[in-house]
Formats: sequence, C-alpha cells, structure tokens
Amino acid sequence: MKARDLRQRRLSFDFWTFMKIAIIAALALFVVYPFYTLITRSVYSNKEEGLTLYNFIRFFTKSYYYTSLKNTAVVCLTATVTTILIGVPIAYLMTRYNIFGKKLLYIMIIMALMSPPFIGAYSWILMFGRSGFITKLMLNVFGITLPTIYGRGGIILVFTFHLFPYVYLYTAGAMSSIDSSLEEAAENLGSSKLRRLFTVTLPVILPSILAGAVMVFMTSLADFGTPMLIGEGYTVLPVLVYNEYMSELGGNAYMASALSVIIVFCSLSVLLVQKLIVEKRNYTMTAMRPPQVIELHGLKRFLASLPVYIIAIISFMPQIVVVVMSFIQRSFSGVMQGINFENYRIIAKRLSTNITNTYLFSVAAIVLIVLVGMLVSYIIVRKRGKVGQLIDLIVMFPYVIPGSVLGIGLIVAFNRQPIVLTGTALIMVISYVIRKLPYTVRSGSAFLYQMDPSIEEASINLGVSPMRTFFKVTARMMLPGIMSGAILSWITCINELSSSIMLYSGKTSTIAVAIYQEVMRMSDGTAAALATILTLTTILSLLIFIRVSKGKVSII
Amino acid sequence: MSNAVIIRDVIKRYGKFTAVNGINLNIRQGEFFTLLGPSGCGKTTLLRMIAGFNSIEAGDILFGEKRMNDVPAHKRDIGMVFQNYAIFPHLTVEENVAYGLKAKHLPAKEIATRVAEALELVQIQQLAKRKPSELSGGQQQRVALARAFVIEPSVLLMDEPLSNLDAKLRVQMRSIIKKLQRRLGITTIYVTHDQEEALAISDRIAVMKDGVIMQCGTPVDIYAKPENPFVASFIGISNFIGCKVGQGVQPGMARVQVENAIDLSIAVRKPYTGEGIISARPEQLRISDEGMPATIMLSTFLGDFIEYEVLLDNGQTLQLNEYTKDTEKLYPDGAKIHVTFDPARVSLYTGDTQEVLSI
Repeated sequence: MKARDLRQRRLSFDFWTFMKIAIIAALALFVVYPFYTLITRSVYSNKEEGLTLYNFIRFFTKSYYYTSLKNTAVVCLTATVTTILIGVPIAYLMTRYNIFGKKLLYIMIIMALMSPPFIGAYSWILMFGRSGFITKLMLNVFGITLPTIYGRGGIILVFTFHLFPYVYLYTAGAMSSIDSSLEEAAENLGSSKLRRLFTVTLPVILPSILAGAVMVFMTSLADFGTPMLIGEGYTVLPVLVYNEYMSELGGNAYMASALSVIIVFCSLSVLLVQKLIVEKRNYTMTAMRPPQVIELHGLKRFLASLPVYIIAIISFMPQIVVVVMSFIQRSFSGVMQGINFENYRIIAKRLSTNITNTYLFSVAAIVLIVLVGMLVSYIIVRKRGKVGQLIDLIVMFPYVIPGSVLGIGLIVAFNRQPIVLTGTALIMVISYVIRKLPYTVRSGSAFLYQMDPSIEEASINLGVSPMRTFFKVTARMMLPGIMSGAILSWITCINELSSSIMLYSGKTSTIAVAIYQEVMRMSDGTAAALATILTLTTILSLLIFIRVSKGKVSII
Repeated sequence: MSNAVIIRDVIKRYGKFTAVNGINLNIRQGEFFTLLGPSGCGKTTLLRMIAGFNSIEAGDILFGEKRMNDVPAHKRDIGMVFQNYAIFPHLTVEENVAYGLKAKHLPAKEIATRVAEALELVQIQQLAKRKPSELSGGQQQRVALARAFVIEPSVLLMDEPLSNLDAKLRVQMRSIIKKLQRRLGITTIYVTHDQEEALAISDRIAVMKDGVIMQCGTPVDIYAKPENPFVASFIGISNFIGCKVGQGVQPGMARVQVENAIDLSIAVRKPYTGEGIISARPEQLRISDEGMPATIMLSTFLGDFIEYEVLLDNGQTLQLNEYTKDTEKLYPDGAKIHVTFDPARVSLYTGDTQEVLSI
C-alpha cells in the first residue's frame, strides 16, 4: 500500500491542530467577515428602511451606474482580444525561431507585466497626454494634432501592452511542451504548415491561451489606477466604487458595497466559465520531444525578430520614459529647466514618509506572508481533507478580487466596533497579506507536491517531533519555493494602489498613493521620481527572483 | 528467544477497503524478518503501522511488553530505511547520519564517534562531507542505512530499500545489509515484493496477500513446503496439475491419480477424498518412460540445466527442468515424451479449499 497517511492524531493535536484553528480564525476574521459585511451592507441603504434591493435596482436603472458596467465589459473584452492578437504570435515566434537576444526580450516582457499598471498609464500620458512631449512635438513641429489618449482608447492601449505578457507566457509554455510528433503526424498526413498550425497546434494550446486571456480579463477588471488616470470621463467599475465610496464618506458605503458585490459576481462568473471550458478540453501533454527551434538566417531572422522587438520596446518604453522624466526639472507651465535631481530632492523632503511606509509595510507583509504561506501550503498539501480544502478556497479567494473591493470590505468590517482598524498601518499590512498571500501559497505548495513525504517521516522516525520536523526539515526545503513566491508578492506589495487608496490615512500613505496624488496635482516630475523608485525596486527584485527561482517557479 | 515485536489481530481500513486484515505475528529478538507479497497486499501499510505513520484501527502492536498503539512515531525508537532513501538534501552525509543522535541530545563528542563508526561500517567514510546530490543511488542507500542504525533502534524497518537500485548493486547491497544486521543484532523488519531477495536475506518470511498472511516460515519451509497454491506460485515457479485423491493403501497415505497416466501414493496430514491439486517445481518434474504423455514445445539449453516447455496431451503447458549433471540427453523440440514426478517432494492441496494435504 502506497497510501500515505501522515495523520497522527494525538500528536498533531499540539501543533498542527492548533495551527489549523489559528489560520481558520484569522481567515474568518480578515477574509470571510469583511466579505460577509460587504454583502450584508449591500442590501441596506440610508434611503430605505430594512432589507432592500434599492442599491441594485438603482445600479441597473441609472445610466450613471450601468454605463460603467458596459464600459468595463467593453475595455476588458477588447483588451482580452488585443492581448491574444499580440501575445499568441509573439509566443509562436519566440518558441519556434531563433530570435535575436531572447533572454533580454523575455526580461523586458516580464518587466512590462510586473511594473505597476498605473505607472504605464502615467507614462503614456507623459508621452501622448494633453501636455505630453510627443503630443507637443507633433503639434509644434509638424502641426499634427494627435488623437486623444484619454478615455476608452487609452485604457485599452495601456491594458494591451501591460497585460499581453500573460497570454504570451501561458501560450509559450504550452507551445514548448507540445510534442513535436503531434505536428509531424499532421504533416505526415498531408497537412500544409499553415493548415497544421490552425488544425493541430492552435487547438491543442487553446486551453492555455484561454487561461492567459482570463488572467488578462480578471486583471483589467480589477485595475483601478489605469482607468482612473487615463480614463477621465470614461468610468469603469473599480473607479465607480472608489468615487461612490468617496462621495459616501461619513456615510455607510452602502452603494460601494453593492458595486463591490457586482464586481465579485462578474469575476467569479468569468472564472467559472473558464473552468468549464478548460475542463472539457484539457489535453495533458508530456512532451517526449519538445519542438525544435527553427534556425533562421540573415533577413529572415531579422524579419522574425522585428515584430517581437517592436512589441517589447513599446511595452517597456513607459518605464524608460518615467526614469528619464524623473531627472527633468520643469516649471509649472511645463518649460524644461534642467536635468538634475531636483525632483528627488523634493520627494525626499516632502514624501519621505510615503517611501518609508511603502517599504515598511511591504517588509512587514512579506514576513507574515512567508510564515503564514509556509504553514498554509503545508496544511493544503499534506493535511488533505475538508479543513485543508476549506483553507485553500478561502486563501485563494482574494486572488480573484479587485483590490478596491477588498479595501471596501476591510473598511466596512473594521470601521466600527468591536474592532476598529481603519486608518492604521495594521489594516494596510493586513490588506497586503490577504491579497498577496496566494502567490506564495501557490509556489510553496507546488514545491511541497514534489517533495516526498518520507523525508519528513525520516525525521520524525529519528526522534524529532512533527513540529520541530516542520521547522528543521520541511520549512528549510520549502524555502526556495516560498522565497520566489514571496518576491512576487513583494513586487506587487510595493506597487499596490487599488486597496491602499481606499485604506490609507495621512500617516499611512504609500508611494503608489503619492504617485496618484502627484499626477492629479499635475506634478509630473515628482510623480516620475516616485515611479522610478518603484520601477527600479521592481527590476532589482525581479532579477533576484530569476536567480532564486532558477526557472523552477513560473511568474504566472 | 524473546519476542521483540508482537502484532496482534491488527486491522487497517481505508474507507471500505481493508488493507490489513487481522494479522498476527511474533518477531523475535535479533531476527531478520521479511514481509513479502505482491503490490497492494498490505505489507507497506503494516510496516508503517509499526513505524507509527499509520493509525491502528483494531488490534495491538507491542515492542517487548510495551503497547505501542498510542506512542507517537518520534518516540518509538525505530530506525527506518525508506524506499527512496529520504536523505535530507540540505544536509551533508555526516549531518544526515548525526540527525537522529542530535535529536537525542547526545554529547557532541559521542555523536562524532558514532557517526564515524557508522560511516565506516557502510564504507562511505570518505563521503562524510558530501551533499546528497553528489552521491550515487547506492551511496545514498548506504547513508540511509547508516542514519537508521546509528541511533541503535530497538527495531529497524526497511521499506523496499533496494528497489531503486540496478540488479548488480541490489545483490551487493543485499549482502551488506545482511552482514550488518547479523553483526549489530538489530531486530529487522524488511518489506519487499521480490521473492528472490526475501529468500536470500531473511531468517523468516511472512508471505502476504490481500491483507492477510498466507504463510510464515523460514525461506526453506516456504520454498519447499508452500502451504497453499498462492505461496507455491508466488515463491519460485510451480506447475499445478489437477488430480483425484482417494484412500491410500495404508493410514497416512493417499492415493493420487492424474487422469489414467499416473497412480501413486503421497504421505498426507489427514484423510481426504475428492479433487486435488498437485504443485510441482520445474525441477520436481521428470521426463520418463511412463506418466503423462506430452510433447516438447521448446527446449532451452542454459548450461547447468535445460529448461523444457512441455505441452501435455490434455492441453496444459508445464515447465520442466533437467540438470546437466543428471542427464546427458537433450530432447529436441517436438519430441514425444512422458512426464512424471517424485511423490515425496511435490505438494498436494485439496481442490476446493486449497488446503495443504502433503506433509
């Protein structure tokens, strides 16, 4: 019998039972309770007595509200299509041909994905906005008026170049694991290369493309910063939640809660649909012989590389622009006054708290994430059973929830007795932990699945108690997996805007919040300097991630 | 000899499936005891119950006088060698072997001496500072072995420790394990599905099937006197031949007839009449002038013996070996012959309950 049964009833009562109870209690308090409050809050209103569907009725009857749902659907669906149109061909070129400088391109594409979306949006505004340098250049030198970057088009543009890496990564993964004999068989049966691509290759990798597309849809649905900065009058749901919450300030966030419930409903339906589609056609492939990279030469190689470079440069450009802009001092009217560190001097003087807060909160969150992440991964993988499944479900839930919704949830739950946390640093850290924990749990449990339980048994068997075995052996061995997950969590923590903007107070503001405010104040230079700090930290962290994970932990 | 491990009416269930079904065993002090059976027979489950990794649904497991059912795994004082070695990858060879001694909070000096001794016993003292990733499968096996016996456990458990090694290394490690066990005198319970390995290494073997013990005895007993057709077929090769059992000419003897070809007497434990099964090893069958008429289908000359595949006229195929030291004759394929056997050496079972009749 190979059935591994690590259960040790009396023994584990001390440590693991205690841990399970502690984790479930924490999850109940910080995940279940806020969402429960959100749902109950959504069916009340200050306009009507008792239980009411007032908010929902208003949503579907007032164009101010339902237009935002329509807008959200339009930008998310369009962005999903455009990212597929870009991501799939790029993946095909990158996996099948000897493109110049693949590693560099890969890092550029990853960087585009990991950089905070609102910095991308902001950078596009710096280039093509009303007083953007390219807009002005075109107008003053060539007399050409460029179409406006603000509104629907701008949002889709930013989403496309920020999120196509999801489609690229999923598709490239599937394309390099497809067995080449499958394609050879098609060719052997008389299929032309193009026909083969559409009848064999693409259908087989379709579930992966879909998985990437769903990530694009979910992320664009959750994003607050991009539509807020570049959307102007074009309101989408997360922005509406924020506006509604701001206008209800002092009130009870009834409408914002109702909107949050609607967003959660949308996210969950998309996930469900994806699950249904993928489950029906899931081709598990074990590539005995992965497809060979076709060696092109001269012009052909150049032509194959060109599109990849164009896309990679466009998507990486915003970050370069931001860094360059951070060194340019401009007067209020926008006249360039010199290249220096003036912007950095200003933020060091005025916004040092934000910088400290960002790193402080993120470090605190990461420490908690690593600790909790290890315990949770262990319970999910090794203590299979009802409790483990429940914990898995609750931990993963915030992964599909937009930050602004989580923010509202935490506010409505903790702005009143018995537990008041709003305005504290604690609630910021908690929101980071809840939201970013899934990255670490996923990479940690992936590592654990590959680790044979007999290694732990060997330790117990040699006289070391299960708890000490966990810390001496299991935790030690999980560390690489946990660390790479934690770096991803860390990157998203420092760049986090959508829940911070809901939860911050004067003393707990972060860099991301400050960038948002600086952009709103038209203070481009300082915003660029702040964004540069985040971008450089992100690049550095990513390089560390690539080293630590050694390609074993995927970014998606 | 006193009993080191006593297993009494032990049961293990996984939902509706009963993996171990009421097993009783007494394992003696210093004995090399093997649980042998096909995969899914419950041998590993039983071993893990002894180790404390599986709960015990019913029955008792005792070490000497002490009931172990509720003693947690880390307090059982057991050494275990795992199928995949389970070497700690983040520790060196030395640190792996020292791991259990450190858990006992022994003085550093004593740990160092005992680790050095253990490494020397398995002849890997030169690898002490290496990381497991730099070791071959055989070397990892030695580390796992040293780590398990260095704590001087009251019982040493081994879960198919040789199954990941290549054939040559397996034979080599087999003798190392056996010599080591003799020298240290540790009571050892060994799990394997390989009957040859079990015969070679064990003092006693328990053959298991479907969660119960089919036969328990020394390797010689089990090979020579299998108590049921399952054991006969699982250990070595056996030919089963249907027969009629009747009353013998004198008490304690039975008359055994195979069709009209063979009619002889076999010593039995108790009187029985009816259908019977004869189990004969290939070397217990003989080519003769009389007996069951048959044709040689394939003859294979293997040096010290000749292996014949024989088709009886009734359609049954048998395997028959003749030793070159006993005969000079090599029958060609297609030769018409007769097959018979020595009644004193074959086993006889009842046809219905498959109970052993022969002595």
